[in-house]
Amino acid sequence: MANRLACRGITATVGVAVLTLGAVACGGTGSTTADQAANVDCKPYKKYGDLSGKQITVYTSIVAPEDQPHINSYKPFEQCTGAKVVYEGSKEFEAQVVVRAKSGNAPDIAYVPQPGLLQTLVRDTKAVKPASKGVVDNVDKYFGKDWKSYGTVDGAFYAAPIGANVKSFVWYSPKQFAKKGYQVPQTWDDMIALSDQIVKDGGKPWCAGIGSGEATGWPATDWMEDVMLRMYGPDVYNQWVTHKIPFNDPKVAAVLAKVGSILKNPDYVNGGLGDVTSVASTTFQDAGLPILDGTCFLHRQASFYQANWPEGTKVGKDGDVYAFYLPPINKKFGKPVLGGGEFAVAFSDRPEVVAFQEFLSSPEWANLKAKEGNWISANTGLDIANVDTPVNKLSVQLLQDPNAVFRFDGSDLMPGEVGAGSFWTEMTNWIANNKPDKQVLNAIERSWPK
Amino acid sequence: MTATPDSLSRPRTARRVARTAQRAEQAKTRLSSPWATAISIAVAILWTVPTFGLLLSSFRPEQQIKTTGWWTFFSDPQLTLKNYTEVLFGGSTQLSTFFVNSIVITIPSVVIPITLALLAAYAFAWIDFRGRDFLFVAVFALQIVPIQVTLIPLLQTYVDLSLAGSYWTVWLSHSIFALPLAIFLLHNFMKDIPRSLVEAARVDGAGHVQIFFRVLLPLLVPAIAAFGIFQFLWVWNDLLVALTFAGGTQNVAPLTVRIAELSGTRGTAWHLLSAGAFVAMIVPLLVFLSLQRYFVRGLLAGSVKG
Amino acid sequence: MSWILDASTTGEKLLVMAFAIVLFAAVMAIILFAVDRPRRVPNWLIALAFCGPAGLMLGFGLIYPGLRTIYQSFFDRTSTGFVGVDNYLTIFTQEGFQIVLRNTFVWLLVVPLASTLIGLVYAVLVDRTRFEALAKGLIFLPMAISMVGAGIIWKFVYEFRPDQQGVHQIGLANQIRVWLGMDPHQFLITAPWNTFFLLIVMIWIQAGFAMTVLSAAIKAIPDDIVEAARIDGATGIRLFRHVTVPAIRPALVVVVTTIAMGTLKIFDIVRTMTGGQFGTSVVANEFYMQSFRQFNAGIGAALAVVLFILVIPIVIYNIRQLRLSEEIR
Repeated sequence: MANRLACRGITATVGVAVLTLGAVACGGTGSTTADQAANVDCKPYKKYGDLSGKQITVYTSIVAPEDQPHINSYKPFEQCTGAKVVYEGSKEFEAQVVVRAKSGNAPDIAYVPQPGLLQTLVRDTKAVKPASKGVVDNVDKYFGKDWKSYGTVDGAFYAAPIGANVKSFVWYSPKQFAKKGYQVPQTWDDMIALSDQIVKDGGKPWCAGIGSGEATGWPATDWMEDVMLRMYGPDVYNQWVTHKIPFNDPKVAAVLAKVGSILKNPDYVNGGLGDVTSVASTTFQDAGLPILDGTCFLHRQASFYQANWPEGTKVGKDGDVYAFYLPPINKKFGKPVLGGGEFAVAFSDRPEVVAFQEFLSSPEWANLKAKEGNWISANTGLDIANVDTPVNKLSVQLLQDPNAVFRFDGSDLMPGEVGAGSFWTEMTNWIANNKPDKQVLNAIERSWPK
Repeated sequence: MTATPDSLSRPRTARRVARTAQRAEQAKTRLSSPWATAISIAVAILWTVPTFGLLLSSFRPEQQIKTTGWWTFFSDPQLTLKNYTEVLFGGSTQLSTFFVNSIVITIPSVVIPITLALLAAYAFAWIDFRGRDFLFVAVFALQIVPIQVTLIPLLQTYVDLSLAGSYWTVWLSHSIFALPLAIFLLHNFMKDIPRSLVEAARVDGAGHVQIFFRVLLPLLVPAIAAFGIFQFLWVWNDLLVALTFAGGTQNVAPLTVRIAELSGTRGTAWHLLSAGAFVAMIVPLLVFLSLQRYFVRGLLAGSVKG
Repeated sequence: MSWILDASTTGEKLLVMAFAIVLFAAVMAIILFAVDRPRRVPNWLIALAFCGPAGLMLGFGLIYPGLRTIYQSFFDRTSTGFVGVDNYLTIFTQEGFQIVLRNTFVWLLVVPLASTLIGLVYAVLVDRTRFEALAKGLIFLPMAISMVGAGIIWKFVYEFRPDQQGVHQIGLANQIRVWLGMDPHQFLITAPWNTFFLLIVMIWIQAGFAMTVLSAAIKAIPDDIVEAARIDGATGIRLFRHVTVPAIRPALVVVVTTIAMGTLKIFDIVRTMTGGQFGTSVVANEFYMQSFRQFNAGIGAALAVVLFILVIPIVIYNIRQLRLSEEIR
């Protein structure tokens, strides 16, 4: 297991140079320093100065084995500046980082996966340092305005966007589609027509699972967000996320009904997994797997779902599985893209920490990290040739597409009570206990902090 | 501390042997009820089967765990050690590092609170002082303070003392959290000791310190062993305290941190979770088995009764 | 001397550990030696020497944070604005929280009683049988597993697979249903029964604790009492009710109390198995979610205070038992 993710990345990599790097990561030793010593170009690192003997602590929610690519990606920085980066990952990151920051024991840099958590850290702990000029320049140059706004709290810019993912994907099996003669739908109506066709052919079109431990419910909130963007566009989406319109607004109700017409439709779900309530009990990791054996045909989940396919699954246009862009509903709003990502937050303004934060927001790092496999960024300096899998390439294209309207995962932007609380819980009740739409929305509205 | 005064225990051995024989006699009469046998076997099975299922699963290939129940093993036996190799050698850090950390964290976290609790329990049981009962009830009630509310204030203090991230904070914190229950339980054993024993020592001119070490401690060895196991299990299985005060770096992180990471970001990885759970259980089970005789004999040394 | 704070090799770690234990023993020895003067030192000073170190640690580590929590429960989410009893009103009036309170009561009523009863009956049944050690070991086994581990084990037991062709159950509970000709059931989803399926896990763990302590207490019953009762003709259940239970009453109180305290604090099991979803959350889990997921310090603190309040009846009961046993002594 430890090296499977890294190894899977390799099967799909293209360049020979990438292969070498990947192979080292696959060995799991992590000591690539020796191999790289010869070919690291230290020129881009000159501006950081000499940081010999300095130490930077990094704290993230990314644990073994996915941590190794991160650790590897710091190597050139360590080598050229002399600084040492100490990496620590924990599954309890979200609780621990706040506890540590409040107690004055914060790490130097933390990868914060939600803007909501960034707000908590900035407002409640007052321990976050504003981004340095170098970081601001990088972000202005290489990231879209919207990305910068997610790293901004109360008018001040703090956090450099680093990794990203695209959520507006529907996973399917090109093989099964070819066998049955199904086409990848281009519009929402096409997609519904396809679903009905599958039902007529005696199958269950959709499989879904919203189980995720204490975060159970989030995949259902992603559905809501994607459909909201497609029905009413990015502006109404912003109003909804910031509570300019109430959560039980008729528009939100229409979105929920639309989602329900798939997720709570006993004809459509839950392919290979059970009845409608099994959507609530199936973990999101397991939910797409029935696509492989043809008991299910469509599964809406983010780009990172590619890591969940079993070893040996071929991901690609003519492979076992692939993903298509969740089609638009209303042409007026173009091609909305829902996604997520993480941000590098600095708790210290020591020169070495400032330098490292700047490094993380630079295209040099984005390309280094992408070469380690299975990772993408919204950094426009990221060369698509360095991105490994087809789905990741597709994601980067969407992220860098000037016509696509990007919006960040709305539940991550809402206050914790809603975005990490009632929204999850109520969507779960909506499915597990068949709680009526109206009661669900009223309950979430009531929980919104005044 | 464990010097047993032989003078107290020797004459009793002969009597105990006789009594054991007598009890064996009684045992026969007791087991005669088929209902009793049936119930105890049923409970034992009920309590063992879930663990057994996971144990068996931990040796089955990943694909099999995901698609069939562990009982199919009996019709289609397939075993592998792959899950264990992945758990033991899969990470970038050797598992033995985490084992050492766990041991280094656990031993002082068991010894310190038990010593302190023994002394305090003695005072509550055998020294007369004003406000004794009130204080005892207060200590007892402290059991309910959820550990989570203490994390931030404690960590703030540790940071001020620049102790954060070291073993010292973990030992101190575990000791604090164990004290209320330890004092409560040990006090209950302590006050069951016949007053006559303590009085006799007092007449001989022994002070409290002497009475504590010479008279009470030897009698309490089984109770100490028993509570020691509970505290050991608690500390060994703890994740929250270690994560908060020591951090998750490999210099101090205990085994639980590694086990918690096992599932990676891929959710229900039953094959790794099952193997990991058993790796974590080995040491507690060994400790329990080696100290089990104390449970079988009773929590107070046999000398107390009769 | 940096290894004292920052041990990195195995040798250093063990050395620090030994150093800590020796240091601790030395400090305690000095304190005790200082008061070891029979009949000269006043009682309160001796009591201070015996209780002082523990008292200091409790004051620093539990009493101060506890008081701080009570204070915070009257403030808003960032502990800056005073809100009076608003947090408590929220807890007691919102529908979601009412379910949480209801579940906590169910746990508090069922787990201590069921674990104690099972532990007691089992202890009596296997007492002095040939397989006593093995039988006890089996029941004790779950104690050696962490709460998270136990959650994993039972989640595996309850695991659900749909009733479809070619799909096999992998959870034992559902397989048994299938063998009995029933449909597989989503044990962890259907409220309110899912709470019972969760608290079985806690009973499963705690019965071992109850059995251990009660068995020891049973063995401590003086033989002459049992003999006298036998001569009077008491056997089986009557002996159990009229001799065994009264004789181990103090131990029963200890066991019920300890398990009740542990049950109130339970959150790992709920968190591992359902994440508090599907109407299974309990106060301690909700406290964790509010404090560390939604970072609402006010509501979190108020929930912790609710835990303090729930303990009061247990404390009062124990005080009465304490008084009773004092009188006997």
